Amino acid sequence: MLIARVIGELVATQKHPSHEGRKILMVQPLNLDGTDRGVALVALDAVDAGVGDKVLVVTEGFGANTSVGRLLQPIDMAVIGFIDHIDLLPGVC
Amino acid sequence: MFLGRVVGCVWSTVKNRNLEGQRMLVIQPLTPELANTGQRLICTDCTGAGAGELIYWVRGREASYALLPAEPATDTTVVAIVDSVHLKSVAAPEPPAPAAPTPAPAGRGRKPSRKASPC
Repeated sequence: MLIARVIGELVATQKHPSHEGRKILMVQPLNLDGTDRGVALVALDAVDAGVGDKVLVVTEGFGANTSVGRLLQPIDMAVIGFIDHIDLLPGVC
Repeated sequence: MFLGRVVGCVWSTVKNRNLEGQRMLVIQPLTPELANTGQRLICTDCTGAGAGELIYWVRGREASYALLPAEPATDTTVVAIVDSVHLKSVAAPEPPAPAAPTPAPAGRGRKPSRKASPC
């Protein structure tokens, strides 16, 4: 799973039926210090996240499918939680 | 899933039987600002996307679920045509707000992390 921030939303009319009825979010993975890490991803929303939220993103098929509640569907990333706070040992960052 | 643009089409006459009848597209990965990033790749398609269209694709085993009766040998499939991308720039990404100035260890976390993985 990844820590990420929601940076936008996509609008797609022509899409696979399994993606209908869910927000399609653009998320930017983050390092522990809050800086950007790698390229932005597209993930389906399973928790009603919005732009600016710090979220938990699952990047594997089974987890994404079950969190969205649609099994055996072409979904490989989903936003599955909000991150309120991260506690780290001193010196870890 | 990843954002990209269709930049071409692949024709293959001799291929796995399960791939017969499937369209194969050349995809250029994009940043949210629609700038090119990364290397181009080949995806099968379940949407009928054409050249120049903005799309996103699924990777891994789930890619073949999009074409389920056939379930072809593919690891990337285009699953949607993107009409628009709405980005909202978040002004400040959550200020740390050190309410209680605790005597933190010197040099804590100001250096940019070079680690590939945060954990």
